[in-house]
Amino acid sequence: MIERFDAIVVGAGPAGNAATYTLAKSGLHVLQIERGETAGAKNVQGAILYADALERLIPEFRDEAPLERHIIEQRMWVMDDESYIGTHFRSDEFNKPPHNRYTIIRAKFDKWFSKKVREAGALVINETTVTELLRDDRGKVIGVRTDRAGGDLHADVVILADGVNSTLARKAGFRPEIEPKHVALAVKEIHFMPRDTIESRFNIHKGEGVVIEMLGKITQGMMGTGFLYTNGDSVSIGIGCMLSDLMAQKTTPYELLERMKAHPSIRPLIQGGEMKEYAAHLIPEGGYHAIPQVFGDGWLIAGDSGMFVNAVHREGSNLAMTTGRIAAETVAELFKAGQPMTAANLAEYRRRLDDSFVMKDLMKYKDLPDIFHANKQFLTTYPELLNRSAYTMLRVDGVDKLSKEREIFADFRDKRSLFGLLGDAFKLWRAFR
Amino acid sequence: MSHVNIEEKLFQNRYLVDAERPHIRIRQPSLCEKKCADQQCAVCCPAGCFTREGRKVTLITDGCLECGTCRIVCNVHRNLDWEYPRGGYGIQFKFG
Ligand SMILES: Cc1cc2nc3c(=O)[nH]c(=O)nc-3n(C[C@H](O)[C@H](O)[C@H](O)COP(=O)(O)OP(=O)(O)OC[C@H]3O[C@@H](n4cnc5c(N)ncnc54)[C@H](O)[C@@H]3O)c2cc1C
Ligand code: SF4
Ligand code: SF4
Repeated sequence: MIERFDAIVVGAGPAGNAATYTLAKSGLHVLQIERGETAGAKNVQGAILYADALERLIPEFRDEAPLERHIIEQRMWVMDDESYIGTHFRSDEFNKPPHNRYTIIRAKFDKWFSKKVREAGALVINETTVTELLRDDRGKVIGVRTDRAGGDLHADVVILADGVNSTLARKAGFRPEIEPKHVALAVKEIHFMPRDTIESRFNIHKGEGVVIEMLGKITQGMMGTGFLYTNGDSVSIGIGCMLSDLMAQKTTPYELLERMKAHPSIRPLIQGGEMKEYAAHLIPEGGYHAIPQVFGDGWLIAGDSGMFVNAVHREGSNLAMTTGRIAAETVAELFKAGQPMTAANLAEYRRRLDDSFVMKDLMKYKDLPDIFHANKQFLTTYPELLNRSAYTMLRVDGVDKLSKEREIFADFRDKRSLFGLLGDAFKLWRAFR
Repeated sequence: MSHVNIEEKLFQNRYLVDAERPHIRIRQPSLCEKKCADQQCAVCCPAGCFTREGRKVTLITDGCLECGTCRIVCNVHRNLDWEYPRGGYGIQFKFG
């Protein structure tokens, strides 16, 4: 007997879990397949969870989900070799429930989300890798092949939520191989230390968290960012750069991480911690122009496999949950209306995405990746100049402030012509507008 | 530079190695040795799975983090067969 489902979802990350949860809640007979031993065993994130996307699915998540700390302070550091200049924003408003952003640990979080998916009525199988999509002679996707014996499974529609590498979409020809300039490679470590230590080091109370985003010299001129997030009794620290830049500079990412950890402003924050895991993962950062075809006959793509990441705001998991949910809602409504899962009908998914914050935000920043690729001064010259200016202004050495200002101005002009400076300001303004 | 000891980092991780069944394979090793100028796989792999001896490239996938980098950077010769490990095998992130 061939086991048949209304829908199959591949992957149990935020996209797959949101999709499966939504389908099960709508009463569909849905199967979810995950290659990890448990959901989360293969997944890596910073990780900041934005409440909104999850709240739409599971309003009471705050009572149950494994959340590390709610974020009350955001630091942005522009790094030079020995220094940083930055802004800190901290507000007691962030302490008022319901909290808006949390740090999480993905292995724990995904496991919890997966439990909710099962409770909603979906059939979930782990430790099973989908090896290819099954298609009929007209090319319509009709199911999946797995690495289990007799592992062909059939469904009216397959939602691909298999993450950035999406071997399945690639093999099926739905998506080309990823270009090195469209992905960042991030490496990360987790360092454990007592809660009290974290709270005194970061000047926070129980439950409160701080996140630090960093750019500048730590990436050695490559397009990328570093981060340091506080969890309950650990700190996550990592750095990511565009793969094309790592190739061009012939750099290994863990060397950047080692150097970052040794930075005089960072070292004291992780000192004495016990490193318990080293991870690496790709982030699709190509933006709007890199988004592939996301629907076809019998299939939809959600989350990282559709390259839905807003690199500017470091949002990915929420876009994954939102695209997963919208994909599932589209499918569930077609089902209820008795409509077939044709490309023409599933095109509704893309229309809904275009109307949502997902596409609107990605559209807003569509030119930013190219601007940064073409203007490396944003990543090297400016961080250096900003740090030097601060140093010059703050150092008390008998030189009057006006002369210092002139020195700083000359410094900027030496490194970059006046037109260059104005041009840069204009480019940035246009890209962020 | 090789002052970072990658083995020490990977030692903290949990793996279930699928013995004798590597999920990534170099299709034509001679291509790596004779034709690939930059050998980017050896540069970029965050787990140091590709090692070089002269111009010869060896791949041992035991410490693989399943990121996909090697496949993407091997963009001149497309010389890698890249699959995920069988269900349940490979890296098992405790935290992720
Ligand atoms: C270092 C780092 C920091 C980040 N920080 C943040 C952050 O702070 N906030 C944020 O919102 N986002 C962040 N992101 C992005 C975020 O992690 C991703 O956007 C998000 O995880 C995407 O979810 P997904 O469900 O699409 O994919 P994934 O989470 O990658 O899930 C895909 C799932 O599919 C499974 N799978 C894949 N192929 C198969 C197959 N063939 N058969 C069976 N199962 C399969 C995988 O095992 C996996 O469980 C970060 C990413 C990284 C790497
Ligand atoms: S990049 Fe590809 S062709 Fe070059 S050495 Fe590595 S595997 Fe071989
Ligand atoms: S998938 Fe990533 S960790 Fe594994 S061998 Fe390739 S580059 Fe290295």
